[in-house]
Amino acid sequence: MQEYFNLLWTDYTLRTITLGTAVLGAICGMLGSFAVLRKESLLGDAISHAALPGIALAFLITGAKDSGTLLLGALVSGLIGTFWIRGITSKTHLKSDTALGLILSIFFGFGMLLLTFIQKQPNANQAGLDKYLFGQAATLVESDVKLMITVTGISLFVMLLFWKEFKILLFDADYTKTLGFNTKFIDVLITFLIVLAIVLGLQTVGVVLMSAILLAPAAASRQWTNNLGTMVLLSALIGAFSGVFGTAISASQNNLSTGPVIVLVAGAFVLFSFIFSPKRGLLFREIRFRKNRTDLKLMKTLQFMYGIAQDHENISHPHAIRILNNFQGYTRDSLKKLEHEGWISIEGQQWAMTPKGYKQAQEMYNQQKNE
Amino acid sequence: MSNPQIEIQLIAAIVAMACAIPGVFLVLRKMALISDAISHAILPGIVIGFFITQDLNSPLLILLAAFTGVITVVLVEFIQKTGLVKEDTAIGLVFPVLFSIGVILIAKNANDVHLDVDAVLLGELAFAPFDRLMLGGSDWGPKSLWVMGSILMITISLLLLFFKELKVTTFDAGLSSVLGISPVVMHYGLMSVSSITVVGAFDAVGAILVVALMIAPAATAYLLTEDLKKMIWLSLLFGVFSAISGYWVANILDASISGSIATTLGVIFLAVYLFAPKKGLISVLYRQKQQRIEVSLITFLLHLNRHEEESERHINHLQEHINWQAVRARTVLDLAVKNNLVEIENDIVFLTEKGLAFTEKSLEYIINNKDEKIEPMKEDFFLFRG
Repeated sequence: MQEYFNLLWTDYTLRTITLGTAVLGAICGMLGSFAVLRKESLLGDAISHAALPGIALAFLITGAKDSGTLLLGALVSGLIGTFWIRGITSKTHLKSDTALGLILSIFFGFGMLLLTFIQKQPNANQAGLDKYLFGQAATLVESDVKLMITVTGISLFVMLLFWKEFKILLFDADYTKTLGFNTKFIDVLITFLIVLAIVLGLQTVGVVLMSAILLAPAAASRQWTNNLGTMVLLSALIGAFSGVFGTAISASQNNLSTGPVIVLVAGAFVLFSFIFSPKRGLLFREIRFRKNRTDLKLMKTLQFMYGIAQDHENISHPHAIRILNNFQGYTRDSLKKLEHEGWISIEGQQWAMTPKGYKQAQEMYNQQKNE
Repeated sequence: MSNPQIEIQLIAAIVAMACAIPGVFLVLRKMALISDAISHAILPGIVIGFFITQDLNSPLLILLAAFTGVITVVLVEFIQKTGLVKEDTAIGLVFPVLFSIGVILIAKNANDVHLDVDAVLLGELAFAPFDRLMLGGSDWGPKSLWVMGSILMITISLLLLFFKELKVTTFDAGLSSVLGISPVVMHYGLMSVSSITVVGAFDAVGAILVVALMIAPAATAYLLTEDLKKMIWLSLLFGVFSAISGYWVANILDASISGSIATTLGVIFLAVYLFAPKKGLISVLYRQKQQRIEVSLITFLLHLNRHEEESERHINHLQEHINWQAVRARTVLDLAVKNNLVEIENDIVFLTEKGLAFTEKSLEYIINNKDEKIEPMKEDFFLFRG
């Protein structure tokens, strides 16, 4: 561990990659929150696949191999894919799942056609283009990371500038329109930022796994909060941490590419959140469920006792525990619990209702009636 | 055409058919993306199966991997049921994680496994004829031809056997439950068939092309017809056509066959998307434009009907009152004149008798908003079509 941190400060490559994946995780987590809340989770998957032909075409046209040019191509082709998907869902009766799957596979196939075509070109030095398929964090250089930081900074600035607009469009699009906002512009702006984040990550994690980097941090942080600001911040943190941690794991082992490891780390965050989130998590939900069930049984027993006590002038007249035997809701534990609450008192083999218990049962009865 | 060439085209065509049939139902059930999820998520199943069998075409491996596909579906549905995230997020979370596990499994055992992520994802149809089925020393043709051929046979026989059930569960799950046909059984049956098809096909054409072959023909056919049987036939046609023409395009360009097939599918879809007679983009846009004009026309007629005074009916007044651009006002006026709905005398516009009757009918429709008012109008006038 100590050694790793030393390496992080001294080793140039490792530092660059760690910084790159951290920034990437942060921007994806940040913008992924919007994608998830807009129910456009799988748009990311489609966009990342749709970006592939853009990379190949940019290379074919310019012959350049620097990531700036290629990513510009990816951005254009990703945007074309996105708006074609919009066109299909709004102008035909095909549903969004069909449109997404269609654009995803067709653009990817076209990209593969171009990539294999480039590979067969005699003069082209195509090596390095296929890193966009599965991503190679190891190929990140300082200029790439600088580009990432710049783009992240700009996106953050735009997001803060349009925070109110983004937020209101997210939760009530019709209301936004009636308030006089240009919803089309805001919508395109959010989509553009999401496409930008995806394109930025292609080099590091590749087209196949990109969507998970976008979704997972947001899905995890959603479990912990109902506040948009907190959610965006939290998912940016989770994203960044997944990036750093995933890079560390993959660097410490041979033959482990960074992309899949980052996805698994982010996936672990999601799993943890699904189970342990206090409000929405499965574990606490089950515990609450059980507790409610016991409470219900306890009240049922109390009601039964109330029924008996009602027939006597002295409500605290003792009765034999035996008479509860026919009644299924009662156990030794539940009697103890009732006594603990101060609703009954137990002496030997007999129980007696306390005034407090009587009142409790009466109130419950009234409550039921009122409803 | 050489022998391997014919074999490649045959395999491509059979894969296309085997994918098109489940694809139609996936598209109709709005589950197209499940095919994408399955095609990625089977990777760990394939890897583990490969450890056991050491043969990519072994039936055991196909079953194991297909089982992973069904597990993916179950997992997605479980996450969805917890209500913690939406369905699409559930899909988007499950398959990358499973795919990552597969990639890592391959990477960690790179020395023992003769298996390549690129190959799984992209496939290489050109190599398919070289892996031959040898039985008793004689050559029975390419293995993948046999594998996909049997999958296609199974799919077709299941389709013929359960056509009615599939149809009713797809379009009305409630009705099918009442009729005693379990939608759940049909659902998982379809999922299993899709998984097996994806697994069988990935080796020949790659995981992504499988998605293209499943969704694209069905989506294209869906733009042309609303009849289930016709849709299946059309999908088969599109699939086979793209498989064979895609092969020749790849041959000319010397590029990936699966990529070229997907591209051909895309070109066909684009053509149908633009030019389909009723559902195509051009006809939809044309219809929307027509409807806009027709609504303007009604607004105009109602305006005339409402105002007796001449100043309101002056030909130049239109622009300022209803706030139309000059060109649009001109179009609407011309349209009204052409249909004998209005007359112009000294630049003052009058409703004709026909125009008056028409206006009253449309008023009645607007007030009642009942369909029976509009039915006779559809025949009398050019309005309200579509």
